[in-house]
Amino acid sequence: MSKPVESLKEATIRFAGDSGDGMQLVGGEMANTSALIGNDIGVLPDFPAEIRAPAGTLPGVSGYQLHISSFDIHTPGEKYDALVAMNPAALKTNLENLKPNGILIINVGGFKDRNLKLAHYDSNPLEDGSLDKYQVFAVDMNTLTRKALEELGLSAKIVDRCKNFFALGMVFWLYNRTMDHALSLLKSKFAKKPELAEANSRALKAGSMYCEATEQFVTSYEVKPAKLPRGKYRNISGNTATALGLIAASQKSGLPLFLGSYPITPASDILHELSKYKHYGVRTFQAEDEIAAICSVIGAAYSGSLAVTSTSGPGLALKAEALGLAISVELPLVVCNVQRAGPSTGMPTKTEQADLMQALYGRNGEAPLPVVAASKPADCFETAYEACRIAIKHMTPVLFLSDGYLANGAEPWPIPKAEDLPEIPVNFAKDPESFQPFLRDEDTLARPWAIPGTPGLEHRIGGIEKEAVTGNVSYDPRNHEYMTRIRAEKIEKIADDIPPTEIEGEKTGDLLLVGWGSTYGAIRTAVEHKLDEGKSVSRIHLTHLNPLPKDLGEILKSFKHVLMPEINAGQLVNVIRAKYMVPAIGFNKVQGLPFFSSEIEQKIDEILESK
Amino acid sequence: MNAETKTISPNGPTELKLTKKDFESDQEVRWCPGCGDYAILAQTQRTLPDLNIPKEKYVFVSGIGCSSRFPYYMDTYGFHSIHGRAPAIATGIKITNPDLSVWVITGDGDALSIGGNHFIHLLRRNVDINVILFNNRIYGLTKGQYSPTSEFGKVTKSTPFGSVDHPFNPVSLALGASATFVARTTDRDPAHLQQIIKRAAAHKGTSLIEVFQNCNIFNDGTWFKYTEKNSRAENVVYLEHGKPLIFGAEQDKGIRLNGFRPEAVSLTNGKYSEKDLMVHDEKDTDATYAFILSHMMDNPDLPVPVGVFRAIDKVCYEDAMAQQIEDSKEKFGKPDLQALLEAGDTWDVE
Repeated sequence: MSKPVESLKEATIRFAGDSGDGMQLVGGEMANTSALIGNDIGVLPDFPAEIRAPAGTLPGVSGYQLHISSFDIHTPGEKYDALVAMNPAALKTNLENLKPNGILIINVGGFKDRNLKLAHYDSNPLEDGSLDKYQVFAVDMNTLTRKALEELGLSAKIVDRCKNFFALGMVFWLYNRTMDHALSLLKSKFAKKPELAEANSRALKAGSMYCEATEQFVTSYEVKPAKLPRGKYRNISGNTATALGLIAASQKSGLPLFLGSYPITPASDILHELSKYKHYGVRTFQAEDEIAAICSVIGAAYSGSLAVTSTSGPGLALKAEALGLAISVELPLVVCNVQRAGPSTGMPTKTEQADLMQALYGRNGEAPLPVVAASKPADCFETAYEACRIAIKHMTPVLFLSDGYLANGAEPWPIPKAEDLPEIPVNFAKDPESFQPFLRDEDTLARPWAIPGTPGLEHRIGGIEKEAVTGNVSYDPRNHEYMTRIRAEKIEKIADDIPPTEIEGEKTGDLLLVGWGSTYGAIRTAVEHKLDEGKSVSRIHLTHLNPLPKDLGEILKSFKHVLMPEINAGQLVNVIRAKYMVPAIGFNKVQGLPFFSSEIEQKIDEILESK
Repeated sequence: MNAETKTISPNGPTELKLTKKDFESDQEVRWCPGCGDYAILAQTQRTLPDLNIPKEKYVFVSGIGCSSRFPYYMDTYGFHSIHGRAPAIATGIKITNPDLSVWVITGDGDALSIGGNHFIHLLRRNVDINVILFNNRIYGLTKGQYSPTSEFGKVTKSTPFGSVDHPFNPVSLALGASATFVARTTDRDPAHLQQIIKRAAAHKGTSLIEVFQNCNIFNDGTWFKYTEKNSRAENVVYLEHGKPLIFGAEQDKGIRLNGFRPEAVSLTNGKYSEKDLMVHDEKDTDATYAFILSHMMDNPDLPVPVGVFRAIDKVCYEDAMAQQIEDSKEKFGKPDLQALLEAGDTWDVE
């Protein structure tokens, strides 16, 4: 007798366990399998600090949240429909956001006295009635996994490490996922240790079988494929999309890609990813420090590479002086800053948008540069590509902003056609007759790119102020003012390339939400809910933060109120207020976590009701 | 010209017939009159034509300090960058364009203080870059503070009661960082300076040349003991591969090794002869011997060695990187952007 299957439009699931329990792996696999089935997905890997806290403790809990749906979604969800808790600490830190009557799968094997104590439980929640409002499925995964793997003759330690796949098997059964992808993943992941592939595969199947066989589980659920636009899709994380965007720009421009980088959370995956593609001519250089990383990039840019460095906030601070040099000598390069919670070391594994001011202004002297920000994991591809395009066309360093939430988050990506990507023409100076190091292009004001090795173009550049046209050292007061202004004008001119700003909702009305970066999903979801309710709400999302789009001022002035949600204490809102003299309202969250769309909806209601 | 220098010409036997003038830029040279930097600039400009490398292949990169103005005066590609970072910028240039002849011009403050980290890592990686370190044991551009090579107790503007910093010995530091070519010369010995520049250019890998350079304004005479005609012979021992360490105006003294300690001995009192002396071996892959030489500077009873301390073969960073790229191309085939974008698990939405 097969059990009943209930159809859902969407579901939010959270895996939570100890750092050593492999929650990121099984959560990621649930995401991949769901994407392959055709669901739209949104994910939130929620890591603890990099250094593992003692097993069983509250700071050691690692979570992976996943939102699957049969329609177009933009966030990893808020309250969960299902929570998998591998130990008491995981239950304690995650229970708050489980919906009433939500599914709660608990590994009883992890609820020993010692673990209860580590999680500061006075009594066992499985026994004290505190979980009565949920559908609790208490399962001893430790024992069941041991039984399932008994014949394999593996050590107890190895066997116990397979219980995450037992849990995944249960979730697969619960949401009617096929196991094909997970099984092939295990095969390739443990290609050199087939016994581990076999053990985890058995655990996965055992978890599913257990649900099918026991009377404990009655109903399972299905979430049908989403109606996404036609095309070929893959699931992609922000950091991978960034790396691919850079390679694509290298291939399209014909410039070899050089990445100089120093490892830093959460940006290191860009370095890891790019280091695989040597056959694409990609050179990755792990520098001795952040400063050397950007300086090597300046050297590579000077001599004709598509030169990129990747970092996070503290690293960007260290790169500030060299970035000023790149602005002064007007060389094209891209700095990828994957923001994390600051200041100082802050919370490296947690997200934030608080490096905007540093990106815009964090250098000595008058040192403007273009800043672009990605809005979704997959959008990192397009935005990184755009950063490269701007750098090369306008001969300037460009700051590309991502953040921890985008970097580690993932979503289905409609794979673009390589031939449809915008061209990136490169013109190296060749002619000694007409060459002057700082003779500018009339349209863009960019200076020529004259690379060493070109006969007859020998010239000197440096961080000392340069005379216009010749580039010779100059302390002339008027020349300095001229050069300062023309460097700024060159950056302002980039706005000519920015397409008109897309507005969701009416072009005029009571309230406009202005977002940038990874708040995209939460803002869009909130605004769409409010539009469904018939509210006068519109939304724009900015990719170009410097220069800002030319039509922005007009748009801002077409609404009674402007609301700007940011994962910082209010940064872009101050730029907008100062530049356009509009009383934009900041809405800020600084918890190392993305917004929930409900938080934004509440704020929208508050503004619309009070005014 | 020795055999080694001949091999570096990328143009083979064709003589480019460049002259010193070809390497002089149109910019007025601005160092204090009498500065040792003039000599180093002139000898570099004189030497480069002999290397037979096309002018456009040279890149001079510098940091900040008096010496770092050097690239402005060379009619080659030049990059006057920021304090201490020239080695990192030069690394980016060289590993993306291995056929360029890349030179770093730096000073004791630039290379050993603010840029210390980049300096040691450049040497460790053995990128094929030539570094000329102008050591005048003072901060000249900022007008007279002690530097990381200033002597303990040195009275300067920032140390009115004497410096309590112990100095770096640049040669020892470079050897400690696994440098494959380390040499020392002086601003007052043009022939030796030229010879060392040629040796450095010929070396495949990072070459470090420490130049004793006089700052006649803020630290006049700091090296005179080793550079002036009347005192040089007694206080300097010239290193020549395969030759015993002999010094003195009359070539009457030598250096012998007593255990691990070098000592100066007379060759005329009948006790020791040439065969008792250390014989210079710049090719010794074990750096112990080169360290012993480098530390002679710290012993006031010994002459200071100048010349090539060490010149050994080791794979260059950029060559190893280029090899990996070639190997990967062979293994994975031609780049295919569309295939890369579609890599991994994909699905079609109809």
